[in-house]
Amino acid sequence: MKSKTTDMVFEGLLRIADDNLILGHRTSEWCGHAPTLEEDLALPNIALDLIGHAQALYCLACEIDTRYENEDQLAFLRLEHEYKNLLLVEQENGDFGNTVLRLFYFSTFMKYFWGEVKLKCCFKKLKEFSEKAFLETSYHSKYASQWVITLGDGTDESNLKMSNAIANLEPFLGELFNNDDFTEMCSQNDFLPKPTSIFDSWKNEVEAILQKGHLDFPDITLKKRGGRKGEHSETFGYLLSDLQYMQRAYPNSSW
Amino acid sequence: MDKSTEEAWDALKDLTDPELPFLTLDDLGVIREIKRNDETHVVTISPTYIGCPAISVIEEKIVSELKKLGIAAIIEKSFSPPWSSDWISENGRKKMEEFGISPPHPKDAESFSRSPAKAVKCPQCTSYKTEKVSEFGSTACKSLYRCLDCKEPFDHFKCV
Repeated sequence: MKSKTTDMVFEGLLRIADDNLILGHRTSEWCGHAPTLEEDLALPNIALDLIGHAQALYCLACEIDTRYENEDQLAFLRLEHEYKNLLLVEQENGDFGNTVLRLFYFSTFMKYFWGEVKLKCCFKKLKEFSEKAFLETSYHSKYASQWVITLGDGTDESNLKMSNAIANLEPFLGELFNNDDFTEMCSQNDFLPKPTSIFDSWKNEVEAILQKGHLDFPDITLKKRGGRKGEHSETFGYLLSDLQYMQRAYPNSSW
Repeated sequence: MDKSTEEAWDALKDLTDPELPFLTLDDLGVIREIKRNDETHVVTISPTYIGCPAISVIEEKIVSELKKLGIAAIIEKSFSPPWSSDWISENGRKKMEEFGISPPHPKDAESFSRSPAKAVKCPQCTSYKTEKVSEFGSTACKSLYRCLDCKEPFDHFKCV
């Protein structure tokens, strides 16, 4: 592979892997705190899936860029500005409604994203991976959508909390669909789909689910962004100190 | 198939799954291929789930089992085609039921759906009057059900 292509593939894998790792970490914070025992099983299971996706993608990244020996170095030993995840996934969980709404937004996006990669991707190993990832993110999207409907269509209070969650996450959706020079290059090289190309399918599905929950579709023209360039929210530093603690305190420790 | 590859298949036949110890990897259809590559054997496995925590244990088990035969093995993970619950053997399904887990339905090739419309049978009393409690059970590969007749909760292996 030419070095320019290598850089592109590495950066592209990193973006998706970081999104999954950070949302996986946030989701895992629910372990032991979920409102019912069933949800306490569901959320850590989803966190495990997300972290599993991140691990597999970091492994692919290490294969093509030998600066990093293994996936742990990428997950645990980078500095804050080296993480390329969306601001959306690093925000604090908030209440259960806010957590499932974000999961619904993200997993629905990823479902269509992997659906596109499955059809067209110049990197064979990622194309193969997407077949499996598509199935798993579809399941997450379905799980989360059921809660969005249940809570939106529940009591006045649960509906109010979901409306608050929509307002709370609204500013971060623009970044999810933001095209930049990099996404442009990825799409021209048939590596990754342009985020904007997924928007219509995403919107149709999200709108239909929100409608069932008597909730309004968010304004996605607001664009709080920076995550893709390594500029993160204040809360991200606290998240990393938790995520990286073991590897920083006991370098190279393993199970 | 050369002799050592045959021996390798034979040796791995009885290895069990760490999370479902009454099932062998063979029952689950996790081991897809064993290929001799000069001095090493490449064992291709299809993880049931990408993030399945049992995978690293499975890899270690395979490598150490083959080492006993003097066979050096490396593991390759394959996601294409993705592992399917249709790959679980008849025998595996029977064992699942015996251990109180309702086995997955055969996947409907025409309409892909993870929550089967088909009724799920209670593995305790065989009633079909059951309901889903949660999309997720004790592991990623199972969802949680309860029987409306005998009232027992049980795991249902997801159809994927």
